[in-house]
Amino acid sequence: MTTISKTRLQVMWNRLLAVVEEQGQALIRAAFSPIVRESGDISAGIFDIRGRMLAQAVTGTPGHINTMAEAVKHLRDRFPVQDMKQGDIYMTNDPWLASGHLNDFLLMQPVFFKDRVVGFTSCTSHLADLGGKGMGPEGSDVFDEGLMVPPCKLVDAGEVNAFLMEIVRVNSREPIANEGDIYALIACCETGAKRLAEMMEEFAIDDLDQLSDYIIETSYSGTVQAIAEVPNGTYRNTLMVDGYDKPIKLAATLTVADDHIVLDFDGTSGCSDKGINVPLNYATAYSVFALRCIIGPDIPNNAGSLEPFRVIGPPGCILNAQHPVPVAMRHSLGQMTPDLVYGCLTQALPDQVPAEGASCLYDVPLRHTPEAARDGGTLFALELVYNGGTGARPTRDGLSATAFPSGVWGSQVEPTEATAPILITRRELLPDSGGAGTYRGGLGQYIAMQSATNEDFLAFLSVERVRFAAAGRQGGGAGRLGRLRIGEKGPDLPSKGEFRIPAGKTLIMETPGGGGLGPPEARDPTAVERDLNDGLISRDAAKKDYGVQKGEMP
Amino acid sequence: MAQKLQLRAAVDIGGTFTDTVLMTQSGEVVATCKTPTTPENPTLGALEGVKRALSDAGAKFDQIVGFIHGTTLATNALIERQGARVATITNEGFRDILEIAYERRYSQYDINIEKPDLIVPRARAFTIRGRMDANGKELTPLDYDAIPKLVEELRACKAEAVAICLMHSYANTAHEEALREKLIAALPGVAISISSQVSPEAREFDRLCTTIANAYIQPLMARYLVDFAEEFSAHGLTCPVLMMTAGGGMTTLATAAQLPIRLVESGPAGGAILAARIAETAGLGQVLSFDMGGTTAKLCLIDEFRPQSARRFEIARAERFIKGSGMPVRIPVLEMIEIGAGGGSIASVDRLGRLQVGPQSAGSEPGPAAFGKGGSQATVTDADIAQGLIEPASFAEGRLAIDMDAALNAIQETVGNALELDTDAAAAGISEIVDESMAGAGRMHAVESGKDLGARTMIAFGGNGPLHATRVARRAGVSRILVPRDPGVGSAVGFLHAAVSFEIVRSRYATLETLDVEELNDFITKMILEATEVVRAGSLDIKLKCTRIAYMRYHGQGHEIEIPLPDRLLTSDDIHTLRIAFEEEYSRQFTRSVPGMVIEILNWSIRVGTQVNTPSAAPAPDQATLATFQRQQRILCEVTGKRRIADVYDRPSLMSGNYLIGPALIVEPQTTTYVSADFTAMVDGDENIILTRSEGTP
Repeated sequence: MTTISKTRLQVMWNRLLAVVEEQGQALIRAAFSPIVRESGDISAGIFDIRGRMLAQAVTGTPGHINTMAEAVKHLRDRFPVQDMKQGDIYMTNDPWLASGHLNDFLLMQPVFFKDRVVGFTSCTSHLADLGGKGMGPEGSDVFDEGLMVPPCKLVDAGEVNAFLMEIVRVNSREPIANEGDIYALIACCETGAKRLAEMMEEFAIDDLDQLSDYIIETSYSGTVQAIAEVPNGTYRNTLMVDGYDKPIKLAATLTVADDHIVLDFDGTSGCSDKGINVPLNYATAYSVFALRCIIGPDIPNNAGSLEPFRVIGPPGCILNAQHPVPVAMRHSLGQMTPDLVYGCLTQALPDQVPAEGASCLYDVPLRHTPEAARDGGTLFALELVYNGGTGARPTRDGLSATAFPSGVWGSQVEPTEATAPILITRRELLPDSGGAGTYRGGLGQYIAMQSATNEDFLAFLSVERVRFAAAGRQGGGAGRLGRLRIGEKGPDLPSKGEFRIPAGKTLIMETPGGGGLGPPEARDPTAVERDLNDGLISRDAAKKDYGVQKGEMP
Repeated sequence: MAQKLQLRAAVDIGGTFTDTVLMTQSGEVVATCKTPTTPENPTLGALEGVKRALSDAGAKFDQIVGFIHGTTLATNALIERQGARVATITNEGFRDILEIAYERRYSQYDINIEKPDLIVPRARAFTIRGRMDANGKELTPLDYDAIPKLVEELRACKAEAVAICLMHSYANTAHEEALREKLIAALPGVAISISSQVSPEAREFDRLCTTIANAYIQPLMARYLVDFAEEFSAHGLTCPVLMMTAGGGMTTLATAAQLPIRLVESGPAGGAILAARIAETAGLGQVLSFDMGGTTAKLCLIDEFRPQSARRFEIARAERFIKGSGMPVRIPVLEMIEIGAGGGSIASVDRLGRLQVGPQSAGSEPGPAAFGKGGSQATVTDADIAQGLIEPASFAEGRLAIDMDAALNAIQETVGNALELDTDAAAAGISEIVDESMAGAGRMHAVESGKDLGARTMIAFGGNGPLHATRVARRAGVSRILVPRDPGVGSAVGFLHAAVSFEIVRSRYATLETLDVEELNDFITKMILEATEVVRAGSLDIKLKCTRIAYMRYHGQGHEIEIPLPDRLLTSDDIHTLRIAFEEEYSRQFTRSVPGMVIEILNWSIRVGTQVNTPSAAPAPDQATLATFQRQQRILCEVTGKRRIADVYDRPSLMSGNYLIGPALIVEPQTTTYVSADFTAMVDGDENIILTRSEGTP
């Protein structure tokens, strides 16, 4: 066999990265689920014959990093390669195999070239509704949460299993969108398979062996090099989070060795009775994402760059939830794991790690009331997405009202009001909500909304940081807490649950601010003055936090 | 005395050069010239160019009966932040539309990103009470009593321009117009832009950004346009000056002065129009235009002789070419993908041992190492020179001495040593990486547009387009390439093929089920009247063409599909036809339609324009004859990976009907066409070079 030159291998690697992005775009464009198209809540990847991930699309949410790599390995072991036919596609939404809750469906297709399986394409996407209690924390076990499809063959030699599709349809409140989304997933797998075969033709290769080895070895050694720059040691941190009805302790021990990193969730609280539990695959995705933002962020996700990161946790803790506990809202706590992990990493790399941020999305599904459905009222369903402030960064302020760790897009007011009977009456940054510091935390925002008709509506919340604020680092102050209420003077609501907003009343959400970094008194005075001019901090805060005297104020 | 020849002139002011083209009424180019751009007063460079072209053609200013101008001045003012001091006015409760934006980081793994600078700091963001709903119904009246205080605040912050963007103003313009009227009266000399005129589309963040960008450059552009017209008129120009727009049409100076944001990116639009014109002449229904210069490459999909259009793009991307790192502008534009790949793009090896090319560019100073002006980093041009694909003696008509050793050294030192490759392999690697990135961007762009590249003909121009065309085409799966005449001055020639036209996109939400046809007809008719008025000011043509488009999608989806509407009032029967048209187009793009889904329409666009005559191709040559080469040169052939001899032809020596077989170089003053070993070249009746990839070659 001829040896392929390094630059040629690299061109092929670039091509694979382009192919997975193409796959991802094809999926996002055809998707029905709003969270998919607005937030890119999908994954698309290419795998070699051994099931090693070679490339993964960079999309809006990191919730699929690693999860897909593990899922494909599992499916590949479960279904013998010699039985696979051209045009077969396998599927599952098992939360412990796919991506942590039932809404995420994963498909895998063997890629044939010259009548042989040479690799696999795979993709994951969020389906709108799987029946049960739906997207909310109210289920008592995973059976309450909807339909589970075990690993199975969805497409047999090009023929879609009609019975299976019918099951997915009749078990959903959104049958048409679900079917559309599954077809989008099929198209995504097929696009990848076709492009991969075309690439092999163009570069005149019969297998991916040399290419896989090159990608995986290069990425592995690059990642190990980056890990070598992190001081060896064992770093511990705990993080208190709101939970559903009682606070939950998240604990982590990060062990940095010469050539790998182990993250252990030992010490973390047990599972909740409600659907905020997190399967380990999902907790791993967000934790590894956070680590990779700082350790080797320039290396693409693949089996080689992920290999040195190992995540473990005692089975049954809330970050390693076991079947059949409910997991529908696993992202509420999953998105808190970066703050947990950064609390460890900052001990090793104090100059590179940001302060804690709002982290958890303020994602608000809204719906009409049951009476509206019964009595012919206005029907609608809408999912709005808002964010708080990110933590201050080692050399910069935090970002106000910006998603991190997720990469979702916030909802614009005009399209919201055009498509649903909702009126947003205010959406502005909250002055003084960012933690004080040499570098200030990002600001949260104030959002007020009401019914645009004379009908009530429902909101389903599963957010965080209403009890526990984003802490600052190295002398920086904490960000302001999130706050939820109905009416300016209404009592504070808990961070999770179903709420009814009466017509004429206003749902008010204040998203949390990010923590500050470094002592506030060391903040550049011109930055304080600018914040004051821009109204991001009040005169009181300028005086209290930054020691600016009255006479010095503009 | 014989009637004097009537001429049309086009002036394209670019960052470095100002291109001028004179054309007869029948479309024959009689003079072209390139003069240096004069940044402190760009009108001077333009005057110089037109004078020189007129003198070359032996003509006078009064013979010019049509004058089209395009300029990067608007774009540069935005990029270099040289505009006016802008303040914004939004609704009470929505002071932070700009700061909050889409709440998104544009780079997933980079925790240290800086968000784009959107011109207006929070200290100059003001609000006023008053509110419309999504249907344009007034919920709260405009607070007139608050205006005097607002005026004081605007004065106090020394605003030179004001951008007004109120919720749902695309559905009801009343509050914005009333506020504008009051401010004009109270603040003479301050430029006021309102969002319902600048960009009447839903999505408050995009609309506000667009209005700010317009306000920002408005004082500057208004002054410039007046000066330009006066200066040319003083020199004897008698016809009106028309301005080229980003949408690929022409508009009057008055409209341009009010809506200068429409002028950004008009130069590249000229290139796409030229490609579309060539496509029409040659009868090519599906084209990919490929314009590669010194720092960037631009690709545009052209179907049925119409460059693909879009309604949004980003200016001044902070972070190289990353989507989302710039300021969004929502106006009708010709859609082009621009990547940081040009002759000056720098090659480097990262810490993983991966070869990277661009987006950093050596520019013209110091330029590629081979230019001997102090550049030490290897560039794409250096790699092309090392591979023998540029003839040193004829580069830039011999005005620039090529230092071959400098190129070879730079490649060996910056790439070869790091990757343990010899110079040939390193040079070939640089080309492979940059060509792959252009082909990859093209494929991605096609996917995002629901289109395919394979069946397309590439039209290649720009200084490096013809040189890289075969290599990029092969990777993109394209097997036919056309290199037009004068591939170096594409944009200005393109201006002369544009129509006087104006396009308006406006939001009006409806589902197909609830569509009120009569109200819709009124809505569209009003848009057409507005656009027609703008076009009439620039053209006396009796017959105008109107294109109407609905942007539709399934309820719940994000991606809209463009569906053409008939050029007449709609009737209730059309709703059914629209549904069918949507479903057909949807299945074409996504394999199948989705039965039972509600279909919604968010935006409507109309374009009114003059009709441009249909070009006709010169007859195909009678017979094919093998061309005779002038010289030979040793090149590194990328098909075989080996050094071999290539034939070299001077383009002027090639006649219609000549053909030749690769590997070969076709040399002309501003560029070289590289015919790879797996391509043949043929000169058609219009003297275009047609490159065809041989079947069966790997």
